[in-house]
Amino acid sequence: MSMKFLSTTAAAALLVSTLPALAQDVTCPIKVGVLHSLSGTMAISETTLKDTMEMLVEIQNDKGGLLGCELEAVVVDPASDWPLFAEKARELLTVQNVDVMFGSWTSVSRKSALPVLEELNGLMFYPVQYEGEESSKNVFYTGAAPNQQAIPATDYFLEELGVEKFALLGTDYVYPRTTNNILEAYLKDKGIAEEDIFVNYTPFGHSDWSKIVADVVALGADGKKVGVISTINGDANIGFYKELAAAGISADDIPVVAFSVGEEELSGLDTSNLVGHLAAWNYFQSADTPANEEWVTAWKARMGEERVTNDPMEAHYIGFNMWVNAVTAAGTTDVDAVRTAMYGQEFPNLTGGTAVMLPNHHLTKPVLIGEIQADGQFDIVSQTDPVPGDAWTDFLPESAVLKSDWKDLGCGMYNTATSTCVQIKSNY
Amino acid sequence: MLRFAAIFSACLTLAFPTSAQQTDAPIQQLLQSQSELIVESSRVTIGPAIDALANSGLPAAQVVMDKWQTREMWVNAETGLFVYAEEVDGDALRIFDFADGSEIGVVPDDGFEQLKPNSGIRGLIGTALVQFQLSDTDPDTRRRALDAIERGAEESHLAALRASLAKEPDAVILARKQRLERLLTIAYGATNEERIVAIQSFDGDLGVDVRAALNPLVAVRVEAAETLPSDPDIGRSLDPGSDALPRNDAYALLVDADLAKPRISVEDQREALIANIADGQVAGIQVATLDSQTARDMAYAALADQGTVTAVATEAEVDERLSDHVFYERYIGAPPEVVAAALLALEAIENKVALNQAFDLGLDALSLASIYFLAAIGLAITFGVMGVINMAHGEFIMMGAYTGYVVQLFIPDYTLSILVAIPLAFAVTFGAGVAMERLVIRWLYHRPLETLLATFGISIALQQLAKNIFGTQARPLTAPGWLDGSLVINDIVSISYIRIAIFVLALLFLALFLFVMNRTRLGLEVRAVTQNPRMAASMGINPDKINMLTFGFGSGIAGIAGVAIGLYAKVTSEMGSDYIVQSFMTVVVGGVGNIWGTLLGATMVGFLQKGIEWFNPSNTLAAQTYMILFIILFIQFRPKGIIALKGRAAEA
Amino acid sequence: MTDAALPRRQPIALRFPSVMIFLAILALFTVGVTILSEGFGIGVISTSFIKTLGKTLCLCLVALAMDLVWGYCGILSLGHMAFFGLGGYAIGMWLMYARTEIIVLESLSAAPLPPTPTEVSDGIASQIFGVVGASEFPPVWAFAHSLPLQLLAVVLVPGLLALVFGWLAFRSRVTGVYLSILTQAMTLALSLHLFQNDSGLRGNNGLSGLQNIPGLSDTPQSTVSIWFFWASAVALGLGYLLCAWVVSGKFGSVIRAIRDDEARVRFLGYPVEAFKLAIFTLTAVIAGIAGALYYPQAGIINPAEIAPIASIYLAVWVAIGGRGRLYGAVIGAAFVSLVSTWFTGGQAPDINLGFYTINWVDWWTVLLGVSFVCVTLFAPKGIGGLVDILIDRKSPSRHGADLGPDQGALREQEAEK
Repeated sequence: MSMKFLSTTAAAALLVSTLPALAQDVTCPIKVGVLHSLSGTMAISETTLKDTMEMLVEIQNDKGGLLGCELEAVVVDPASDWPLFAEKARELLTVQNVDVMFGSWTSVSRKSALPVLEELNGLMFYPVQYEGEESSKNVFYTGAAPNQQAIPATDYFLEELGVEKFALLGTDYVYPRTTNNILEAYLKDKGIAEEDIFVNYTPFGHSDWSKIVADVVALGADGKKVGVISTINGDANIGFYKELAAAGISADDIPVVAFSVGEEELSGLDTSNLVGHLAAWNYFQSADTPANEEWVTAWKARMGEERVTNDPMEAHYIGFNMWVNAVTAAGTTDVDAVRTAMYGQEFPNLTGGTAVMLPNHHLTKPVLIGEIQADGQFDIVSQTDPVPGDAWTDFLPESAVLKSDWKDLGCGMYNTATSTCVQIKSNY
Repeated sequence: MLRFAAIFSACLTLAFPTSAQQTDAPIQQLLQSQSELIVESSRVTIGPAIDALANSGLPAAQVVMDKWQTREMWVNAETGLFVYAEEVDGDALRIFDFADGSEIGVVPDDGFEQLKPNSGIRGLIGTALVQFQLSDTDPDTRRRALDAIERGAEESHLAALRASLAKEPDAVILARKQRLERLLTIAYGATNEERIVAIQSFDGDLGVDVRAALNPLVAVRVEAAETLPSDPDIGRSLDPGSDALPRNDAYALLVDADLAKPRISVEDQREALIANIADGQVAGIQVATLDSQTARDMAYAALADQGTVTAVATEAEVDERLSDHVFYERYIGAPPEVVAAALLALEAIENKVALNQAFDLGLDALSLASIYFLAAIGLAITFGVMGVINMAHGEFIMMGAYTGYVVQLFIPDYTLSILVAIPLAFAVTFGAGVAMERLVIRWLYHRPLETLLATFGISIALQQLAKNIFGTQARPLTAPGWLDGSLVINDIVSISYIRIAIFVLALLFLALFLFVMNRTRLGLEVRAVTQNPRMAASMGINPDKINMLTFGFGSGIAGIAGVAIGLYAKVTSEMGSDYIVQSFMTVVVGGVGNIWGTLLGATMVGFLQKGIEWFNPSNTLAAQTYMILFIILFIQFRPKGIIALKGRAAEA
Repeated sequence: MTDAALPRRQPIALRFPSVMIFLAILALFTVGVTILSEGFGIGVISTSFIKTLGKTLCLCLVALAMDLVWGYCGILSLGHMAFFGLGGYAIGMWLMYARTEIIVLESLSAAPLPPTPTEVSDGIASQIFGVVGASEFPPVWAFAHSLPLQLLAVVLVPGLLALVFGWLAFRSRVTGVYLSILTQAMTLALSLHLFQNDSGLRGNNGLSGLQNIPGLSDTPQSTVSIWFFWASAVALGLGYLLCAWVVSGKFGSVIRAIRDDEARVRFLGYPVEAFKLAIFTLTAVIAGIAGALYYPQAGIINPAEIAPIASIYLAVWVAIGGRGRLYGAVIGAAFVSLVSTWFTGGQAPDINLGFYTINWVDWWTVLLGVSFVCVTLFAPKGIGGLVDILIDRKSPSRHGADLGPDQGALREQEAEK
């Protein structure tokens, strides 16, 4: 096992650039693990991604598979139960012997699977925007890091909307906490005083928003323009937006930008009173490109006319295609060879432009800001140039000195101040 | 040449060009000169373009800004010429010339790009448009102008507003204008007297806009000096180390004003020590011994003595400097007399605001209480009266909500669909309740703990079934238009109509419950069966039937509650589990078997939760935790709830 | 009664033949699994399945505790999974702290200056809490550096909580379903508290990476998993003996009597509250120990683990296995959790009905729910009831009136009809 493993790595490392198709060292079929919850609280978001993966695998098989093999999607259900993510990841890697995994949504599920991935040297693609402050050798983060979503959106607030006072509303878990910490530090950098930043955390699925909305309105009492940055998660958004609409808060008075609200979430409510509020993502279904049109048509043909596409789906789309290209380039599905071949992989975004895989396992992606429309879609009002994802934020002092570079430094947590690698494994 | 090119391209793209665009009209030339900024479309850089338009004096400028603001301005991708257009269908545009408003023709939209000014730019355009719109003949346009002033007032607006006052025909708009005029006077009034009069006119006004106008006047800057200056614009003095002025901030103020030596951070100290390592020593001290902060301080002091690093303040010096200086606030927003008037006005307003906030919080609490009551009232029947632990109660709420959703699929009119949904939800959950009672609960009356397990089984099965049928996404259940918005009493006290509706519904249910239980044959029989089934049976009442109907009644009410809760929050398969524990709490706290107890329980839980939230506004989760802890403790002292049944009824 | 007729010194194992049989089966199972494992044997059973089996043994242990408190003493506690979780948190804190300390010390040793104690603790804190946006140690972590103290906490924290809560609840004579609801409220409050980031236990993220035992980074998981499997098996064996001992003597008779008719026992002069409190606390401690063994195998603990639903599932396992008999609890926990793993793993074949395909991932929960109902309605004795049929005993054993705790013997006869 280990001998074969070593030889493939060496062969791949030596020959990858010169003879891409030499080492056809694969066992057919090539297995693609799908680790998304199909039941429990997260099923609401994750089932869509399971369907996306099945569709991508099917499309690839129609194109003739990969390295002459059929692709097979191995779907398991971690049931929104975080320990099960570790258990199912181990099962996928050791029992099903999958070649790659696509999965997880919440940070805690990723943190649960991480130790297993690192122990067994697996490979996972993680498709959701997240809080950063992590870099694992075995995970490619195809969703947005904070600097690819939160920071540009805040800039938009500061520069384009002239917001002077911020309400950071979030669900009480790691992504909003870390994102808000980063944003607080960033806003102070930009000269916003501490008393002009209001932070509130609510539980998952919170539904009683009247007092919080009233608090936000009251923030305007000192004559500064108020803006809301929402990291409210999942279906709690429905109650929040309903209360917002009931209070008659127009986007021109108090704009709300959300990081976790996409087409999928809006399909759960009537958006006619929310027109003009914002969301920041790397993808919107309304993006006007031929590739996106094709993608949306294929999705609707498969899943039904009322289904929408969203940002994490695009992340899987890019991640999967990059992986396919990397495997083709490496001529094997061996994890280390594929990992090496991943760096610098380019693939066109659905929104135009090209995503590039960086040595820190993040993508360069454009940041889009969309205004909610009455039909539940977003009108893209701003699109940046591609932003390279940053694993460790520059706005918190502890992580500003850290850097991730798996290609040259071989370290995901490299302290540039002391020039040492803090740890090879990731922190979980 | 340009003109030829334009005509040429127009001929290529237009199906039936009715007229050619005037490329040399002054407005078009003005737009062309600013086209880079307009197309870039960023609030930061757009200023000059808007100014150029607003100050151009061209009659068409107003049209341009109007169309631009409403996203009707398009730019020809090839020629760069600006037009305004209306969309004919998904692919075609009917375009118009800015120069004279004439129609150019219907063209495919491929060659044109829509300009999408973001809301920041729209605001700036609106501000610039104010001068044209204040005396417009269309009242809507005048209202838009007032909106724009409210959002982004400028000094120039004051004069324009005053000029337009005399000509205003509409009384409502006039009142708004006058109010705005006074607000603008506070900010931009020419004399102090004028401003003070305006400030005093707002005595006790609760509007957020008033506070927004007053608060900037009383802005302060913290300063430090050896002795307190006696200038008229000095506010309160501050103690270093207090909440208003933390010790570190106070010292940083001194350092910034060059009144004290800087301090050094632990990191900088470490860097400095590392930079001065020589032969494994720092200033003659072995590196290996520098494993504590005191050792490092000593090493740094030694380095400072040698002169290699700058000396820093010790803690004793920091204390000394701080006690040598006084810290005070200086008003920087307005002249002292205006500040004094503003402070006085604000004080009066703040007291009123606090009172109104308490009232608003009370309304919120009342609304939350009515939601809890609504969720629990069905349970008050099944659990409170019959003693059946129904863990699937939450799923009945969910079934009601999904019924509402399904009805809306078939009946697009929201008002009608809600009217249909309410009885239908009752029917569906009544049926489900009766079925459940007949099939499961009837066999378990003697084994209450097992009822708990069996109904829990039903609960998870129903939840999963809902997922299998309706999918995992939240489903929309939309309230009719007349329930949109809120009842606004003033800028602080407001409550959404949907919450009022829920409150009314809760009262209706209370009345219904009391009526059914106390005034109908069914209620009489229910009470009889609950108190003594055998005796009731010997009086000719069929206890099985009564139990079945009672359970169905309780479940049916849960279904209607589901419609209401779905309207205000969300419809998901898991919505029931959000309410089940709270509902049981409400019933238990209130006292089992008494509807007034449930009402009191819900009120207590609602007010308690809002009260705790008020104390700890940044963390709503903590409020829920403390509330449950409180309930646990409460039950210790009143195990039978607020209203305990006494006598024989308690034995049932 | 017949108890008196038995020789006084006879060991429990002989008084309860099921204990011997159980221990023998457990031993055989443990050895068998070890031989088939990857770490110490021929590698037929994968490491992930060893972990599943090890975790199942821990669940069996907590089910035993549940059976003791519910099946024997009649207290339907919906809070024992909270005690289980607290045990997990207690051990998890040490595991995280010690693992992180090694990493931090290693990385700081490369620095030019020797680290100060503050730097070390700041380093550990920012590693542990950095992911949740904080970098200071909350007070609950005061003893996290010490394994013995945290091991003590595994026993003390759930034990004390159960003692205080039980004292309050039993003192004010909260019984029956009210007690169940109250314990459920306690569980909900605890999980909501832990869900807050400010609780100092990393909020929703919980404690993760627990499978990496500090100092054993070179030992493969295939080996570690067997160690934990054995530890769980030993704990289950000892727990079974303890429970069998508790229910066998006079103490056991009293608690069963409390279940059947609390008022009568009180009139007979027994301090009912003290007995209930003792059982409640003892089972909480057992649950805590089970949790401390479970979570290093699961790898992560977070507040969702102690949500009220987990405790209801625990009651359901015991009900399906058969209350009032210790092996019933073990069978129930093992059966339901393994079947659940099988169904959610996607291995169960879909059933094609022609017009509709039953996909077990979607329908498993429905099946589970319906089976609760069926078990309570048609097989109140649970799977354990099969044993009665097998050994041809029609009436319930003298120790195991297997019906509800509330109404006593009369109801039992009614239900037999």
